[in-house]
Amino acid sequence: MQRLRVRYAKRGRLRFTSHRDISRAVERAVRRADIPVAYSAGFSPHPKISYAGAAPTGTASEAEYLEIGVTRPCDPHRLRADLDASLPPGLDVLDVVEARDSGLADRLEGSTWELRLPGVDPEVAAKAVEEFVAADRVEVERLTKKGLRRFDAREAVLSLTVQDGPGRAAGQEPDRPCVILRMVVRHATPAVRPDDVLTGLRLVAGLAPLSPPEVTRLAQGPLDATTGEPADPFDFDRVGGDR
Amino acid sequence: MSVESLFPRLEPLLPKVQKPIQYVGGELNSTVKDWDEASVRWALMYPDAYEIGLPNQGVQILYEILNELPDTMAERTYAVWPDLEALMRSEGVPQFTVDAHRPVRAFDVFGVSFSTELGYTNLLTALDLAGIPLDAVDRTDEDPIVLAGGHAAFNPEPIADFLDAAVLGDGEQIAIAISEVVREWKEEGSPGGRDELLMRLASTGGVYVPKFYDVEYHPDGRIMRVVPNRPGVPSRIFKHTVMDLDEWPYPKKPLVPLAETVHERFSVEIFRGCTRGCRFCQAGMITRPVRERSITTIGDMVENGIRESGFNEVGLLSLSSADHSEIGDVAKGLADRYEGTNTSLSLPSTRVDAFNIDLANEFSRNGRRSGLTFAPEGGSERMRKVINKMVTEEDLIRTVTTAYSQGWRQVKLYFMCGLPTEEDVDVLGIADLAKKVIQAGRGATGSKDVRCTVSIGGFVPKPHTPFQWAAQCDHETVDRRLRELRDSLRGDKEYGRAIGYRYHDGKPSIVEGLLSRGDRRVGRVIRAVWEDGGRFDGWTEHFSYERWMRAAEKALADGPVDVDWYTIREREEHEVLPWDHLDAGLDREWLWQDWQDAKSDVEVEDCRWTPCYDCGVCPTMGTEIQVGPTGKKLLPLTVI
Ligand code: B12
Ligand code: SF4
Repeated sequence: MQRLRVRYAKRGRLRFTSHRDISRAVERAVRRADIPVAYSAGFSPHPKISYAGAAPTGTASEAEYLEIGVTRPCDPHRLRADLDASLPPGLDVLDVVEARDSGLADRLEGSTWELRLPGVDPEVAAKAVEEFVAADRVEVERLTKKGLRRFDAREAVLSLTVQDGPGRAAGQEPDRPCVILRMVVRHATPAVRPDDVLTGLRLVAGLAPLSPPEVTRLAQGPLDATTGEPADPFDFDRVGGDR
Repeated sequence: MSVESLFPRLEPLLPKVQKPIQYVGGELNSTVKDWDEASVRWALMYPDAYEIGLPNQGVQILYEILNELPDTMAERTYAVWPDLEALMRSEGVPQFTVDAHRPVRAFDVFGVSFSTELGYTNLLTALDLAGIPLDAVDRTDEDPIVLAGGHAAFNPEPIADFLDAAVLGDGEQIAIAISEVVREWKEEGSPGGRDELLMRLASTGGVYVPKFYDVEYHPDGRIMRVVPNRPGVPSRIFKHTVMDLDEWPYPKKPLVPLAETVHERFSVEIFRGCTRGCRFCQAGMITRPVRERSITTIGDMVENGIRESGFNEVGLLSLSSADHSEIGDVAKGLADRYEGTNTSLSLPSTRVDAFNIDLANEFSRNGRRSGLTFAPEGGSERMRKVINKMVTEEDLIRTVTTAYSQGWRQVKLYFMCGLPTEEDVDVLGIADLAKKVIQAGRGATGSKDVRCTVSIGGFVPKPHTPFQWAAQCDHETVDRRLRELRDSLRGDKEYGRAIGYRYHDGKPSIVEGLLSRGDRRVGRVIRAVWEDGGRFDGWTEHFSYERWMRAAEKALADGPVDVDWYTIREREEHEVLPWDHLDAGLDREWLWQDWQDAKSDVEVEDCRWTPCYDCGVCPTMGTEIQVGPTGKKLLPLTVI
């Protein structure tokens, strides 16, 4: 069975989709686009579509990944166009490759995040970031499915910087200036999410944006030892290929 | 004058609420038109949560039809949950449409679809959030025309104060006609303001404008008469009936939401109307006569709907789907077509006969035979005669035996409690029936692995039915009978474990009864409930019987009537009923005679298969029965 790997974006107001919303939308788009998706056997067959490292509801992303099993060979370029045309605008297909192994999820070692914080003073933000980075541990609490958990939000953060110059909030309140943070986070258990880092910034330096911040995942992939940034997880699949 | 999107103000609120995706719009096949290019603008509402409202066919159909008109646009809005309502109030964000997030108040027509009365409090929330005065008489030319439609609009009197207008019956043609009247009036420079517009609508006889009618009461509280209070307003208002459903194959572009909703499937109405004559069923009475869609149109609509939506389930919808004249060929044709494609078909039918099982077998060809549903509705033979549900115990046992022996493992039976003339034995009879069903199942399969679930709802007498004069059963009696039935089922050693039992308590039915057969005085109660925080009355976790009773006591205190008067009181033949001036075509004398026949266990046939018995609808409305067979078959699809 051929497996195709898809990188897609979750943009604008579609960032409010939950993981379940996305999987329903993808299943329908696959049917509309006439993609020969394979089904599991059994009484209620499920299409063979799997997801890796989905961003939480409310977070935008430029780097979400899924994998589709198909019953007859498909051209990745054609599939990219067909699937994109069938998905609602805002769920946009960016890249498709044929899988060469089964290790996509393992290759997603870290993410780059961008956080736009409306109405925050740039100097206050810079100070908070400095304090966060200087700390050894920053204990935060989050309500998870297993109840309230306490964990360190510092160690997984490989880098955290304030972007130069004034930014603009993307969708909401376009005229309001905002501070833009950029960070690389290693995927760990429990996962350290952007809101955990925000909680950390509040705890160490009292940083508290007035409106909810806009969070976007920019990249996801194997962590490059030299740059400290996630590389393209499709590089491996493309090696030797002509694409 | 253009209208700005409210989205930038709404967006910061969304991360703070449950399921924000329901408020962002952008559904596949949704339409956003240019505000300035449209001359007539509709905001359509289903007054319940998005997850219930989005799949509603009525709203989807009107949305599509109106947006197809070149100079008209339509957007949709739904009830917001209390968490967002609170934030919208504190941040001053008004009721918005999900399509382009425009303020509802800026539209020309605010059309609200009521398939149940339980949406009335949500109407008030939406009006209030929109900044539209609750009372129609306080509205200005800056406010839209608030227009109700859907089944509950056949008695809009309880919400008459809050409505500018209501429409009875099928909406396709009248929505287009209303758009036309509004367009002309606006082009002329809106002469005479909203009252002239309402007058133009009312004078056609097809749109009810409550404030143009006065209701006078007898000292004892009964209605004396309902009369137009100005010249040019007709004394009766007629329902609308679309003839030839093949000409109206909507929805053509079904809305596909991102959020999860109650109906994740593409539905095709295979016919409208039903003449089986079940006396409790308002839907059957007000949608006469039967008008079928042809087998070929059904086939085309299914194919188109799947392609446009990507849904993998298709529902064939109607009031009694197994009654379509060519349902056998429809079922077989579709099952052949989609065999092995992972597209599943469903036929929500509850008819008690072997043919129904054949159909279910077709539809479950490549799936599991899990459960079949039948609706005898009444627990005893006598009860079923009273409600005109012509099913004998023998029919039922024969049918379930066939079902079990063909591999179905679970049978669900629907009943009602609190029907007119009902006594304890009629309800307790359900236990015996359920035991016999299990007995038959064990006999047919030689196995103990068969189940039966009994599901019971409280009966609510509805306007425009033979039971419109009946006393509703008090909730104490309903609850006692349901308890005794439960004990009798649970206590049975031999069968108890094979029988499931689902029921609701009787109190909500009393509120539904108040709203169904209420008159304009009930408006005060609805308002008081809403002011006291009443919302989402269709949801058990939000509904409060005590709140309704408290509000009713206060709001009705200085008059001669109370909740009991509206609900558990039987009406006399000549009492003026609140909806008597609203004409569903049914001859009042025929309905009364049918009510008398009910009490003497006399049944009435289905006029599809026997001669017309003059219920009055066809001659009054200029309609006729439209049924096949056409003799056509569905062709397999050619795969490209
Ligand atoms: C599918 C369905 C459901 C679904 C989907 C609901 C939905 N979101 O649409 C579910 C399972 C959720 C459901 C639930 C309930 N349902 Co239901 N449901 C149906 C069913 C089978 C089809 C409805 C349908 O789509 N009809 C087709 C559309 C096109 O018709 P329509 O909506 O009436 O719209 C037309 C006109 O009324 C008019 N119109 C409608 N709105 C407007 C607005 C304006 C402004 C205008 C001008 C015109 C207009 O124009 C439309 C086109 O002609 C009907 C039975 C039937 N066949 O009608 C029962 C039915 C409507 N349901 C019924 C009931 C009782 C309920 C529940 C209260 C059950 C319960 N006790 O929980 C709940 C209420 C849920 C809720 N809060 O709304 C009853 C209504 C009772 C009555 N009035 O006699 C019906 C008639 C079944 C019956 N025979 O008892 N239901
Ligand atoms: S008028 Fe006659 S044919 Fe028409 S619905 Fe009534 S009984 Fe049936």
